[in-house]
Amino acid sequence: MADKIVLEIARYAPERDDKPSFQSFEVPLRKEWVVLDALNYIKDKVDGTLTYRWSCRMGICGSCGMMVNGEPKLTCATFLTSYGNNATVRVEPLRYFPVIRDLVTALSDFLVKLQKVKPWLIHPNQPPLSAGEFLQTPEQLDLYKQFSMCINCTLCYAACPVVGLDQEFVGPAALALAQRYNLDNRDQGSAERLATLAHPDGIWGCTFVGECTRVCPKHVDPAGAIQQYKLTAALDWVKSFILPRGHKDAPQETAHD
Amino acid sequence: MEIRSHDILLVGGGGAGLRAAIAAAEVNPKLSVAVVSKVYPMRSHTVSAEGGAAGVAKPDDSLDEHAYDTISGGDWMCDQDAVEAFVKEAPLELLQLERWGCPWNREPDGHIAVRAFGGMTNKRTWFAADKTGFHMLHTLFQTTLKYQPITRYDEYFVTKLLVDDGRVQGVVAIEIMSGKIQAITAKAVILCTGGCGRVFPFTTNANIKNGDGMALAQRAGAPLKDMEFVQYHPTGLPFTGILITEAARAEGGYMLNKDGYRYLQDYDLGKPQPTPVLRSMELGPRDRLSQAFVKEDQKGRTIPTEYGPVVHLDLRHLGEKLINAKLPFVRELCVKYQNIDPVTELIPVRPVVHYMMGGVSTDINGATPMAGLYAAGEVACVSINGANRLGSNSLPECLVFGARAGHAAAEFAASQKAPNGSVWTQATNEVLRLEQQYLHKTSGRERIATLREEMQKTIEAGAGIYREEASLKQARQKIQELQERFENVGLDDHGRTFNTELISALELGFMLDVAQSIIECALYRAESRGAHQRTDFPKRDDQKFLAHSLVRRSSDGSLSVDYLPVKITHWPPGERKYGEGSHKASKQTKVS
Ligand SMILES: Cc1cc2nc3c(=O)[nH]c(=O)nc-3n(C[C@H](O)[C@H](O)[C@H](O)COP(=O)(O)OP(=O)(O)OC[C@H]3O[C@@H](n4cnc5c(N)ncnc54)[C@H](O)[C@@H]3O)c2cc1C
Ligand code: SF4
Ligand code: FES
Repeated sequence: MADKIVLEIARYAPERDDKPSFQSFEVPLRKEWVVLDALNYIKDKVDGTLTYRWSCRMGICGSCGMMVNGEPKLTCATFLTSYGNNATVRVEPLRYFPVIRDLVTALSDFLVKLQKVKPWLIHPNQPPLSAGEFLQTPEQLDLYKQFSMCINCTLCYAACPVVGLDQEFVGPAALALAQRYNLDNRDQGSAERLATLAHPDGIWGCTFVGECTRVCPKHVDPAGAIQQYKLTAALDWVKSFILPRGHKDAPQETAHD
Repeated sequence: MEIRSHDILLVGGGGAGLRAAIAAAEVNPKLSVAVVSKVYPMRSHTVSAEGGAAGVAKPDDSLDEHAYDTISGGDWMCDQDAVEAFVKEAPLELLQLERWGCPWNREPDGHIAVRAFGGMTNKRTWFAADKTGFHMLHTLFQTTLKYQPITRYDEYFVTKLLVDDGRVQGVVAIEIMSGKIQAITAKAVILCTGGCGRVFPFTTNANIKNGDGMALAQRAGAPLKDMEFVQYHPTGLPFTGILITEAARAEGGYMLNKDGYRYLQDYDLGKPQPTPVLRSMELGPRDRLSQAFVKEDQKGRTIPTEYGPVVHLDLRHLGEKLINAKLPFVRELCVKYQNIDPVTELIPVRPVVHYMMGGVSTDINGATPMAGLYAAGEVACVSINGANRLGSNSLPECLVFGARAGHAAAEFAASQKAPNGSVWTQATNEVLRLEQQYLHKTSGRERIATLREEMQKTIEAGAGIYREEASLKQARQKIQELQERFENVGLDDHGRTFNTELISALELGFMLDVAQSIIECALYRAESRGAHQRTDFPKRDDQKFLAHSLVRRSSDGSLSVDYLPVKITHWPPGERKYGEGSHKASKQTKVS
């Protein structure tokens, strides 16, 4: 194994640069180092101006997503050695997001989209806490569990060609989280979410490329969530013609205790 | 300078901060509530909590037993009135989270499932697989999105508390994206900034856990409490320090030394059984397990590695099915970061700095001695954790005392006038300080990373699992020198936009203050109790030290320590007993 590797890092400081450029840094190649360790090495020892986000370094906080050799990756979960003895590893900010500086992208738009799909449990007129928990069997939990695993890392947005073309597209993670609540037997909000989801900027924007699911580090399968919802939405749309209003959003069975 | 005003300001958007924000918003929807956080709230380190959250849930359990486990686990340093409130409200808070959608694991009939945890007499730990903190934080965050009155300041870094007339009236914060420095005033400020594991070299804590809130409060004049009590978790992965949750042992994992021997049986923790026994062996408390590791190492029975000595955690006998169902994240972390599969291989582990029992001194409602200042979560010391926190008590602590602080601050704010004009001057001075000391200074010679590493090595050597007077004094001296060198710190980055180097420098300043407080308290506590073990004073001394340390900083930077009696309600100090049958004590020792 070579003992050095070169990182080619996208640099951009709005106060100084008109456009991004690349800068190369040679760093030690250690078998236990992830890409993030190399960035920290540069920041600590070589160039304190290198700018990126990180926190947990255990693949759960979702802050360290970047493009590594063209692929969206969590840099704390990507070993340098997986690029073998390649001459260089290219590190860039996540694609399709506005760049604030170097490897840091703007997240505000994602949060607006997230809020739009109402990702919280909607269940008006809940009984008092003293009535105990809502019942939910392990099977009912399994129905939505996978979609609840999203760490909001936005790698799927950087992988999605639709996001690249249409900035209004709600996007994979937010749609998966909406479906997470729709499928939760304690939730009664699917009707409230319908207008945002069954919309050209919602599920109908998705052309089923499936890249989101491929890059997701947490196996959330947003593409699956969207496909699933397309079916429900199509059925709901049909039902809205044949059933009186109010029926189409009949809540799923909810058990109290 | 731009000035924004709110009624209540939360500093921190982790479990405690978000719970407090919702509580304040629910008390009075007319209040304007704001959350300031240096990272987007869902990035807060609550996200990494794995094992679970304790709250009595089943008929075979009782509040008294949860209280006794907590108090004996804390080596009688807990305030018992706070513990009683805690155990009573914890189940309600966990239930409330269920109502907000938290995907708790379930029994086949749909009721909440609970698991065993270290130091707990009964199964009472609620869990969402082994990503409990992740699910709790995202549930809370997503729930806050529906509350209109909650304003968020995402990626704003608080550098100072504004104090006038003995009352905290707001903060100065840097908007990281633009570099703009601004004052945000409020009638009450609640610190929920989490712990300070990064003061140490090897920790489970994220890069953002730098004791900011502790230093902010102490600089503003509030005392810190019990800072000498630092929890080492017995099972961290070498090199990264990534935590392997205690749930791995609760599900039946074994701790083995280099000979494959379950060495905990040699340390008054009971006899080995094939399946887990509550409060025994691998399910003993964390302080005792981490201390056993050091003893085992001294006997030459650990395994040397590049990253220091390790022992093994053995999960192989649990089988792939159970590991996948109950410990999927443990498997994922081992495979991804250690390149081993716990289904077929032993996991190398060593003790790792994990949690801060001490913090900003508060009463049972999260109020500090300073008017207008509240604290909750890991930054605070209420205190329910005493000399050693039990695993799975911290997440519910964030909820219970987050909610209490939110309520109390909302009530306080209702009776307060708008902040005094004099805080503007303070805010302007703070802007000048930041510019002169960091942004405009080009003469600084010291590198942040160098000072940080030296600090971390110093505190580990002087105030690690075992301490003594000489090593503590040496560490005190060295940190003082580092404080002086820090005056001469120099940045490469003088830009405004997203200047993370400036943030790192400010965090280092906070950590140095916290390190000093830890060492100072450790030096004066001439006894051994819970996580604070003095080789020169190996016994607990209730005569002199059944009391909380309070450490204050005066304006010249010097520290002073005094003591506050521990509140005892029903459980007089006794001996901590672990091993088979030890749980019976929980029913016998209560006096009314
Ligand atoms: C790996 C790991 C596993 C754990 N597992 C468990 C478990 O199973 N059960 C359990 O009970 N406990 C567990 N704990 C402990 C528990 O997770 C923490 O004590 C708890 O989550 C702390 O929550 P908090 O809200 O106090 O702080 P955090 O979640 O750390 O949040 C701190 C907040 O403060 C903000 N902040 C800090 N400084 C500033 C500043 N200067 N300006 C602006 N904002 C600032 C941050 O942005 C963040 O939002 C675990 C801890 C770790 C590290
Ligand atoms: S769906 Fe997956 S890739 Fe997308 S934000 Fe969530 S965790 Fe990241
Ligand atoms: S640093 Fe948290 S996901 Fe990588």
